[in-house]
Amino acid sequence: MSKSPLEAVSAARWRIAISLTAVMMAVYFGFVLLVAFNKPLLGTMVTRGLSLGMLLGALVILAAWVLTWIYVRWANTHYDASLEGLRR
Amino acid sequence: MTSALGEPNAVSVTFFLLFIVLSLGITIWAAKRTKTAEHFYAAGRTVTAFQNGLALAGDYMSAASFLGIAGLVALSGFDGLIYSIGWLVGWPIVMFLIAEPLRNLGRYTFADVVAARLRQTPIRIAASIGSLAVIAFYLIAQMVGAGNLIRLLFGLPYEAAVAIVGAVMLAYVLFGGMIATTWVQIVKAVLLLGGASLLAGLVLARFGFNPLALFAQASDLYGASVLSPGRLVTDPIDAVSLGLALMLGTAGLPHILMRFYTVPDARTARTSVGYATAFIGFFYLLTFILGFGAMVLIGRDTIMGIDAGGNMAAPLLAEGVGGTPFLGFISAVAFATILAVVAGLTLSGAATLSHDLWVSVVRGADASQREQLVVARIATVLLAAVSIVLGIAFKGQNVAYMVGLAFAIAASANFPALVLSIFWKGLTTTGAQLSMIVGTVSALALIFLSPTVQIDILQRGDAWFPLRNPGIVTIPLSFAVAIGVSLLRPVASEARRFGELERQLHLGVEHVD
Repeated sequence: MSKSPLEAVSAARWRIAISLTAVMMAVYFGFVLLVAFNKPLLGTMVTRGLSLGMLLGALVILAAWVLTWIYVRWANTHYDASLEGLRR
Repeated sequence: MTSALGEPNAVSVTFFLLFIVLSLGITIWAAKRTKTAEHFYAAGRTVTAFQNGLALAGDYMSAASFLGIAGLVALSGFDGLIYSIGWLVGWPIVMFLIAEPLRNLGRYTFADVVAARLRQTPIRIAASIGSLAVIAFYLIAQMVGAGNLIRLLFGLPYEAAVAIVGAVMLAYVLFGGMIATTWVQIVKAVLLLGGASLLAGLVLARFGFNPLALFAQASDLYGASVLSPGRLVTDPIDAVSLGLALMLGTAGLPHILMRFYTVPDARTARTSVGYATAFIGFFYLLTFILGFGAMVLIGRDTIMGIDAGGNMAAPLLAEGVGGTPFLGFISAVAFATILAVVAGLTLSGAATLSHDLWVSVVRGADASQREQLVVARIATVLLAAVSIVLGIAFKGQNVAYMVGLAFAIAASANFPALVLSIFWKGLTTTGAQLSMIVGTVSALALIFLSPTVQIDILQRGDAWFPLRNPGIVTIPLSFAVAIGVSLLRPVASEARRFGELERQLHLGVEHVD
């Protein structure tokens, strides 16, 4: 049985949503687990005034921005176009 | 160093009064435009993506994050970052899983979405219990914070401060509804982002605009340990548990979810989360600079001398780099911050009481516009009165855990049912209802049995439940109840309704010509 256009749009939407959610959770809990289990590693100095922990923390914030941006970009181009197709 | 903090000075009082006059002006303007329930709850659905992005940030950036995190960083360095990050990473989750379907399936509250294809009464009642519990604990924490902060900032008595916050907030929610609340959030977000940026800029100017020079000096003064994880996170399971509650709780906060109904469509909702994520992330990066700035330029001893919790780090820093006028400005911004968050919470509580309980359950969705507005306003007055009374009742008590509790309940009671109702056609009324009730009750019970309440507050020797944050138990439990109960007793008609609503989930309510 082939999928209806609506089911196809729906499946694509959830695939993206679940993947990006999984990446965000992996990044964040990766950071939390490092904080919990390997404090000395995060205390390593990358350069004067910057520890690895602070660098990774800033990268988690950056990752949140980038993942959000990826989703908005995908939705504005692909998702909205398929929705337009469904409306017709 | 002597500080003008706590003495009412001309500048702080002027900024404080200016903000009150401005918010009341907005209220008068908004009151003329508030004619229907749709205006009162959802600002007539005319808010733009950029405006809603700012308003979401305004709803979310509480005094706890501005003063609390800056203080935490000033006193313990790196560890403050752990909280900032936890509070930010919920936003991408809101974006990916919640924002657009919520806007398309609901009208005023998140319970609209859960109830969309399930039986109204049991869902609305269970969702109201979770929502009101979240709102109550969040409100208590904000009101107690307000009383303490305004006493420290302006020298007003605690009770007077709580009453002023309650009364001003009541005035603009009551008459201006969501339109006034949205604009007060926007003004507050601009003031807070602008004030924090200016303050961070003044700090960085002393370090050649190089944050690393600031951090390096902090580690010279207080040791390299301020740049690495310290004692805040000791138990790994507790750390993950806190992280889960912060991340998923954001996607279950009623006052945040309600904001997605103020925009015209799902696409605008999506864009507004993008803006909110950018603003909030930027703000948390700023608080990190402010915290280290206060640590280096003001010194830990001075900060703790004024408030042992470090909450006055940012205002003291403002005074240190910009003198009394800047202290006055930042104090007024902190007041605006509290006021706006309290207003957002009260409005979402009013929507729960009047839209979910009165209109949907008691009146069976059959209430005139006039009646809906009257009931919403009665609920607003009731909630404002309750929040003032609770604020005064909890005077002098340790309420820091209550924000964490609110996030834990939001993540355990609201998030699982909401996300399953959107994603899973097998969800049944009984499954969703029991999940919301079990989520609320288990989060409440485990916090009560945790070391936070048993040892820190009740001074008992040990606690029955070892974790301070119940999320790692209660969130999976709530999901398990929803899925288990739904699988044991599937309801074919409810699964069929899922298919019928799938088009609306993606396209919204379509207007057929």
